[in-house]
Amino acid sequence: MKIFWKTGEPYVLATGSALAVILVMSLALIGTVMTNGLGYFWPDELVQFELKDGSAALGQITQREKNPITGEQRLQIKVANRDLLGQDFRWIDEKEIKSRSLPSKAVLIERREHGNFFGFLNGVTAEGVTLNTLPPEETLEQAMTIVSDKLSKTDQIRKEMSDLNNKAEHLRLKLLRLEYSGSTKSNIEIEESKESREKALSDFTELNDVFSNKLAEIGEITAQFTDVSGGTKDIALVDIVTVQYPNRMTFFEKCGAYIERIRELLLDDPRESNTEGGLFPAIFGTVMMVMLMSVFSLPFGVIAAIYLREYARDGVMTRMIRIAVNNLAGVPSIVYGVFGLGFFVYGIGGSIDNLFFPERLPTPTFGTGGILWSSLTLALLTVPVVIVATEESLASIPKGIREGSLALGATKFQTLTKNLLPMATPGIMTGLILSMARAAGEVAPLMIIGVVKLAPTLPFDANFPYFHMDRKFMHLGFHIYDVGFQSPNVEAAKPMVYVTTMLLLAIVIIASSSAIYFRNRMRGKYTTSTF
Amino acid sequence: MSKTIEKNSGNTILSVSELNLHYGEAHALKGINLDMARNQVTAFIGPSGCGKSTLLRCFNRMNDLVESARIEGSIRFDGAEINEPNTDVISLRRRIGMVFQQSNPFPKSIYENIVYGLRIAGVNDKSTLDEVVERSLKSAAIWNEVKDRLHDSALGLSGGQAQRICIARAIAVNPEIILMDEPCSALDPISTLKIEELIEELKSKYTIVIVTHNMQQAARVSDVTAFFYLGELIEAGGTRKIFTNPDKKQTEDYITGRFG
Repeated sequence: MKIFWKTGEPYVLATGSALAVILVMSLALIGTVMTNGLGYFWPDELVQFELKDGSAALGQITQREKNPITGEQRLQIKVANRDLLGQDFRWIDEKEIKSRSLPSKAVLIERREHGNFFGFLNGVTAEGVTLNTLPPEETLEQAMTIVSDKLSKTDQIRKEMSDLNNKAEHLRLKLLRLEYSGSTKSNIEIEESKESREKALSDFTELNDVFSNKLAEIGEITAQFTDVSGGTKDIALVDIVTVQYPNRMTFFEKCGAYIERIRELLLDDPRESNTEGGLFPAIFGTVMMVMLMSVFSLPFGVIAAIYLREYARDGVMTRMIRIAVNNLAGVPSIVYGVFGLGFFVYGIGGSIDNLFFPERLPTPTFGTGGILWSSLTLALLTVPVVIVATEESLASIPKGIREGSLALGATKFQTLTKNLLPMATPGIMTGLILSMARAAGEVAPLMIIGVVKLAPTLPFDANFPYFHMDRKFMHLGFHIYDVGFQSPNVEAAKPMVYVTTMLLLAIVIIASSSAIYFRNRMRGKYTTSTF
Repeated sequence: MSKTIEKNSGNTILSVSELNLHYGEAHALKGINLDMARNQVTAFIGPSGCGKSTLLRCFNRMNDLVESARIEGSIRFDGAEINEPNTDVISLRRRIGMVFQQSNPFPKSIYENIVYGLRIAGVNDKSTLDEVVERSLKSAAIWNEVKDRLHDSALGLSGGQAQRICIARAIAVNPEIILMDEPCSALDPISTLKIEELIEELKSKYTIVIVTHNMQQAARVSDVTAFFYLGELIEAGGTRKIFTNPDKKQTEDYITGRFG
């Protein structure tokens, strides 16, 4: 036994098991997120339960557990039909169930509002007339295509309306600007602007009427459904997103539906206070914010590190700065958020508004949270990481390289740009990877400097000047918090939280692994030789 | 070229007088006086820490990199003082090349290593560069080994080859003096032999100052040998004389291996 301890084997075991524990925990985290997130999109069967009290229920089984009071097994069923039943989920004790079946006609309707509807299709009516030349399922399908055609025709009107609205707003601001300038010769201009603004506004009202008429017309086309307890429900086809009959779908159809849902998730806007629909604005906001952050933090961090390592004399001052920089990385992020709010948003943003956009006040332009301020604040938060990584990699370059270059008559700057920086690039990339991962996951400071629950527009679009740095944006991390903990219907939102978490992890992993790929390519190029 | 460094026709190319160097409190070089002749190989020998490398690094002002170093006295290169604040260090280093103890090829291709000195001086003409690469690699006796892989990384070379690349790199900028700081201490005997043969050939065109721990090497390659001990120049003279009939007892003891 004594020998066993002397060999040092137990210590190898201890280090190995520590690593194993960490691995298991990480895998458990990723596993939980993946199973809960990925399962969300699978079209589960709609089970019809006949209960002993004579009532019936139709829904998807989501959980099975022991009732904590009676000790009986019970099922959690997603019954949907929020507008009829008041809630999406109910518990049923197993002993209450008389029989179950999988009715092939059971339909799952994903609606724009009020969550899903589970029931049975009766027929389709347009302007009060029942269309029943075909079986109701096919009629519904045809009617859906007609409705979506009609809807796409209204897109043109919608675009014109948005243009008119922009124009009117633009003219309003111009008028204000002219009034502030107070010069007399602008009177004619003011009159002209007033007129064209009136024109734009009246055009807008006109178009709006046409638009709402068309919408109302389309809304006339409805489908009739019965729910499991026999009540009827009319749903306008414009409110229907998808129609599925999960009980008769084959495996491959289900796969198709699954892929379609993932496409929707990645490319569509959210619905129903973010608990349904896609995540595109949040993905876009997160990625753009992280990229902007890198653009700010990378050059500043690298330049600062170069000065600290290559030019600054090694004295008390330098050492103090170095300690301060290292400690900056440990400051709680919310502190950065508060600083960003005070310095960037109110200080710099407020001054920009006063100088360049006085006509819009009191509505702030840059004097409120936005993607620019958020990325600047996060850049501040991550710049210590870049500085430390760059310094380390500069310090690790062998002295011979510096001396060799200087001895050939190179200046310090030439040595730096031609030799040291290329050799330090892999290290700098490591710093960038760490800072990107940190920035992508940071939520607390963003909550006070620019992230919103629902942003009406992306920070990048086709309107001049394309990048709208002043706009607020959506962020996956905040989305998790908002959907999971601020939503009125937490149970229904739970899968969305997992899905969002999974996406955020995926983005961090994709960003890091692409950076790691580039780093390794460079590392291969600059490996230093030993004898 | 700098105005402060002008050529003279004398035979002495480097002349050190009353040179003192302190690293902080430590007195590393004590009143050195030494002249080095053109197109000759001068070897510095002595036990570790005797200041021979430090003196070598004074000639191209590499000691500027050491913050605590303080230099007094005079070093004249072609009659011009180099220990002055207004000396053009860049052109000085171009005229006095250096090869280090550890071969230090840059993490670039062999070709880019050789033309490094020219590129930083602003020479980018392809044909000039090609010509210089060939000439320098031939002078460093490594052309035949690397001519087919000029654009491969220099990091893939063996220690001896890398050291000759470093010599070629120093030759490429056409210096007048080449300083060698123990160029063979990390090499195997065959590579060492090659470098020694190279030094013999280079002597006709360049003045060479070499620091070495290896007394046989000093005896083989040098025309003049200087023996240092504890920061002082004990004795300098023709290599044959130093190794056969030194004036000073300390020199004799060191050469015969009684201490050091």
